Amino acid sequence: MPSLNLGLLFSRIRVEEKLLIKEAKRRGHQVRRVDSRELVFDFEDDYDLDVLLERDVSHSRALYILNLFENGDVPTVNSYKTARTCGDKIATTKALQEAGVPTPEVKVAFTQESALAAIEEMGYPVVLKPVTGSWGRLLAKINDRDAAEAVLEHKSQLGSYYHKIFYIQEYVDKPDRDIRAFVVGDETIAAIYRKSGHWITNTARGGEAANCPVTQDIDQICVDAACAVGGGVLAVDLLEGAGGLTVAEVNYTVEFKNSVEPTGVDIPAKIVDYVEKVGEG
Amino acid sequence: MVNCPECETEIDLPEDTIQNEILDCPTCGLELEVVDLNPAEVDLAPEEEEDWGE
Repeated sequence: MPSLNLGLLFSRIRVEEKLLIKEAKRRGHQVRRVDSRELVFDFEDDYDLDVLLERDVSHSRALYILNLFENGDVPTVNSYKTARTCGDKIATTKALQEAGVPTPEVKVAFTQESALAAIEEMGYPVVLKPVTGSWGRLLAKINDRDAAEAVLEHKSQLGSYYHKIFYIQEYVDKPDRDIRAFVVGDETIAAIYRKSGHWITNTARGGEAANCPVTQDIDQICVDAACAVGGGVLAVDLLEGAGGLTVAEVNYTVEFKNSVEPTGVDIPAKIVDYVEKVGEG
Repeated sequence: MVNCPECETEIDLPEDTIQNEILDCPTCGLELEVVDLNPAEVDLAPEEEEDWGE
């Protein structure tokens, strides 16, 4: 394996980025740290990289920077298309539905009145989510009309126009857990249960990680979901409802620090394997 | 050895610390960023923004 000139895009070096840098250096690759806080683009498209691994916590920065690097003929992990689809829940839902991947029912509305009508039609409870966002932030489980009216009004006053795009998802009555599965290329390499007594099960919100065996069903739905959004290195969130597994979200800047130990899978090594393939072309 | 800019606790950085690494102050819990290694220096980590995530 020839040494790659590997760029790592970041704005924070967390445990994940440190593990990825360590693994890439262990294999003899030149790791060029690309700090998005310091970047200035002059559109000369001279990046001198074999591959760029995107690890920026900022979706907006990641999206623009991936586009610029791709247009500068630098292959990226993940691709701009994948980031654009996963970073926007409406685009994710559309991609999953088009590919026939089971996903909870969703309605989208752009005013308080139409959103309320959509919620009433779906029936309570529903979940309101920001179209862009992560870590379980600003999710709201709406149990009745009073709550719907209040939350819709509050969202309308939050300032950013993004909060006036109302993404309304069916509430899936699941066990006290969901499943976070990791897809690298065309394989589901590992999965964890995220257990919590709260309906929000993100580990960032206190959900506890435990190994989840990757069954054939889990592998199939996850690989299908990954393919639907453009493929790459992805974290697929699954809900176990009465009707079977559904894909709630797909994340493109995968966080895995709580998943290596319970699964026993060397996730950073698997990611670097994939980056090498992309870098080699 | 660095001092937390908020509570002034002395923090020993592990040997494998790298530039821009995020760490928590063991006393006040504030997130800090290692902004320099020679000599070691930490500053408050950037505050979470709305579009941050996975």
